[in-house]
Amino acid sequence: MTRLPPPHGRRIDRSRPLSFMFEGRAMTGFEGDTIASALAANGQWMLSRSFKYHRPRGAMSFAGTDANTLVQVGAEPNVAADLTPLRDGMEITAQNVSGSLARDRGAVIGAFSRFLPVGFYYRTFMGPTRNAWLKLWEPMIRAKAGLGVIAPDAPGLAVDKATLHCDVAVIGGGMAGMRAALDAAGDGADVIVVDDQPSLGGDMAHAADTAEADALAGQVASHPAIRVWCDTVCTGLFEDNWLALSRVDRLWRLRAARVVLATGGIDQIAVFRNNDLPGILTAGGARRLMHLFGVRPGRRAVVLAAATDGYAVAHDLVAAGVAVEAIIDPGGQCRDMAPEGIEVIEASIDAAVGRHHITGVRPGDRTVRCDCLVLAAGQMPAWHLPCQAGARLKADGDTGGFAFDLDDETITLAGVLAGDGAVRPAMLPLKAHSKGMDFVDLDEDLQIKDIRNAIREGYRELELVKRFSTVGMGPSQGRHSALPTARLVAEDTGRALGQIGVTTARPPTAPETLGALAGPHTRAERRTALHRVHQDLGAEMRPVGAWWRPYLYGSGDHAARIVEEVRAVREGVAVLDVSTLGKLEVRGPDAGAFLDRIYTMAHAKQPVGKVRYCLMLNEMGVVIDDGVAFRLAEDRFFVTATTGAVGRVYADMAFWNAQWKMDVDVVNLTAGFAGLNITGPNARAVVEDLASDLDFSQEGFPYLTGQRGTVADVPVLAMRIGFTGEASFELHCPASRAHDLWDAVMAAGKRHGLRPYGLEASRILRLEKGHILIGQDTDALSSPHDLGFEWALSKKKPFYVGKRALEMRQRLGATRKLAALSFELDVDLPGESCLVLKDGHPVGHVTSSAHSPTLGHGIGLAFVAPEDAVPGRQVDIRGRDGRMVQGTVCGHAFVDPDGERQKL
Amino acid sequence: MKLMTCPLNGPRNIAEFQYLGPVRTAPDPEAASDQDWARYLFGAPNARDVTLEWWRHTPSNYVFLAERHLGTGEVARPFDPGEAR
Repeated sequence: MTRLPPPHGRRIDRSRPLSFMFEGRAMTGFEGDTIASALAANGQWMLSRSFKYHRPRGAMSFAGTDANTLVQVGAEPNVAADLTPLRDGMEITAQNVSGSLARDRGAVIGAFSRFLPVGFYYRTFMGPTRNAWLKLWEPMIRAKAGLGVIAPDAPGLAVDKATLHCDVAVIGGGMAGMRAALDAAGDGADVIVVDDQPSLGGDMAHAADTAEADALAGQVASHPAIRVWCDTVCTGLFEDNWLALSRVDRLWRLRAARVVLATGGIDQIAVFRNNDLPGILTAGGARRLMHLFGVRPGRRAVVLAAATDGYAVAHDLVAAGVAVEAIIDPGGQCRDMAPEGIEVIEASIDAAVGRHHITGVRPGDRTVRCDCLVLAAGQMPAWHLPCQAGARLKADGDTGGFAFDLDDETITLAGVLAGDGAVRPAMLPLKAHSKGMDFVDLDEDLQIKDIRNAIREGYRELELVKRFSTVGMGPSQGRHSALPTARLVAEDTGRALGQIGVTTARPPTAPETLGALAGPHTRAERRTALHRVHQDLGAEMRPVGAWWRPYLYGSGDHAARIVEEVRAVREGVAVLDVSTLGKLEVRGPDAGAFLDRIYTMAHAKQPVGKVRYCLMLNEMGVVIDDGVAFRLAEDRFFVTATTGAVGRVYADMAFWNAQWKMDVDVVNLTAGFAGLNITGPNARAVVEDLASDLDFSQEGFPYLTGQRGTVADVPVLAMRIGFTGEASFELHCPASRAHDLWDAVMAAGKRHGLRPYGLEASRILRLEKGHILIGQDTDALSSPHDLGFEWALSKKKPFYVGKRALEMRQRLGATRKLAALSFELDVDLPGESCLVLKDGHPVGHVTSSAHSPTLGHGIGLAFVAPEDAVPGRQVDIRGRDGRMVQGTVCGHAFVDPDGERQKL
Repeated sequence: MKLMTCPLNGPRNIAEFQYLGPVRTAPDPEAASDQDWARYLFGAPNARDVTLEWWRHTPSNYVFLAERHLGTGEVARPFDPGEAR
């Protein structure tokens, strides 16, 4: 491996060689190489096979603007070889290859290209049967067109996300970008400069003379108010100057007060037969190879000088010892700029010659032998980000240049984008070669005739041509194909280029790593203050929304343990951690009147010390939450809400009061309080053994009342409620004291056989009692009447949320009712969501079902036809396996329907 | 991501806010016909013009009003419900 002597190769460190493998061959490169530059130094120009015809392809720009540079590195597919630094020990393989890179079996497709017209996929793969695409064609095409290989067992990429803020974001660290950054920083702004290359300088970084760029880069790097993000692509510019900055392993979200776009120009390529052969480079690509990596682009070069820059590149090539065989200048105006003794041919390129690498160029009829063709075809301003900012790219018919109209005072265009340097693309003739292979889009293998055919098919608008032909949709996002496509559309539809524009530039402007978009695998989760206590007791913890709750305690047979926990509540006493319950404090002179409007029952006259059920509707009269309200004082209520809905209830209360403007405040205490529900026939015996100033006697603490006091010196708020159907004492305390309360309760309960129970037993207990769970036994249409909750609707109140809609709904009549069902012992219990059928038509569905340990058979809740919601009626349910099951309608509760036990 | 200026918390990412719909004036529930009440419930104004809307800053549970142009999305005036409309 020979490299050009210094000063060529200024980015590589020749003292640090690196070894790597490509397609099973051992190769070496240097620290500072990209994968593509190291391969080129080893004479490996071909990197991949093309998407459709499996044609040999290599890098053209060595700057990430062309698409055929994607390689597989170890387990990682689609690595951009010309952007990714070479690392020691890399194992690199080519992508989209059938067989080997050098002898690709798929290359034969190229010979049949005339049978693969544009839009081929849309038409050809429609038959022969309806599912042919999924069953036959797609697997076949996927096998052929696979871009890289996914290794399912590969270790995950360490990725993260970060958020940045600055006064001025400068996108593009070329000369214009660096000057803009220094100006802004000089005015006192906090500046971030972003560039997709490893160092600043833009096109000047790979020029022959970099003194000016180096000086400016030094000033930028040492300025205390400027931060520099290299190797980072700005993939999107969103509203209010929110920018996505993407590096392989990190996504930054940057908010900037002002943005300077200085993304410079994109080297264009020329369209002629075989313009995709390895060995064909852009002017910038040739310069990068020589000046950054010390790699000679070839031994014998031909230069296309459709822009004057071509002559400068020719001088660079001569200085690097490359024999320049000829300069092809279609205009011929600048021939005296040619290096001495080099022939200038005044012609266009008709075709390139070669199989796996370029071997010659045909300007007209003669062939000039070469192993390298450098294209100086001018530049297009990098339009993607300005267009995302809302600018339109306007072609100026007189000068052949492009300009933007951008109406946003917080975004400035600089350098090439602002029209500096008179950068423009060369408008070379677009003439289809009789033998084709004249590629407009190298990502998608689209030739001139494909674009022309799409227009002829009637897709006369650029956006439609794009959708039909897929032009510009590949990884390079139209950087080379947009202009020739727009020119072809303009030509073939008889319009000016200015009327055509370019297709919408959407984010991302460049490929992003999916892992970086997904970010690290973190999940917000909530734990109760007693989480560790449950774990120490052997609880199986399960997520319920964001919360982790004990599902079941102990070990051994699941079903048997659930029965044990249910029995403990029905026959003895047990305790449940109810800390996740939503808890709100509503206070202020209007607290009672406010709850009267929010909930369906009467709270304004609720006596202090009483606990009352509360049911919340939305304006459509749909049940959205329930809980209890404990009146602590005239102007203070402690209100519970369901675990999953408390956030919504809290928000709704704020929303309603912003409109009603009542004298009331609402505080969400959910995270601040822990709660224990001690329940069972022996519950009173347990609480009476607590060291407490509360009166736990039957007379002193009847059902549906509340008290405040202390238990074992822990301040508590105690309520008598009955979710399980047994006598229950619910104690709430500050979360910081939850351990003390737990220990006191467990100590007092020891001689009464107190044990903890989990969520599954709790669900069965409430179902035995016929209590509904909002969201499980209700849906987005459930009215209180559907649920048999007429008793919870105050008839005296003039207003509560949803009241008016309920009146309207009642006039429409009920279509279903929630009913309690019991099942015979030998029946396969129908699961949730199984349909309730009447005369073969669905009238409702099962909302809950479980085996009741207390009753010894299956029970459930289901929506049934209103006329069937009568005890004793049989309903038909279609089970999961399709077999019909009969259920018998019962009263509202299975256990203790008169509610005597919970009042004990 | 857009910015929204909260009257209480200043400019914040729009993801921190909940849109609560246009300001609607409920008719008298006792006097309104079913049709009028249904129109109040479901007939949200949607003119390509400046609309007065309810918004909530979710981390602080603060509900406020904003004048927003439904065509451009531009928020002309966010303000506290206690201020004059």
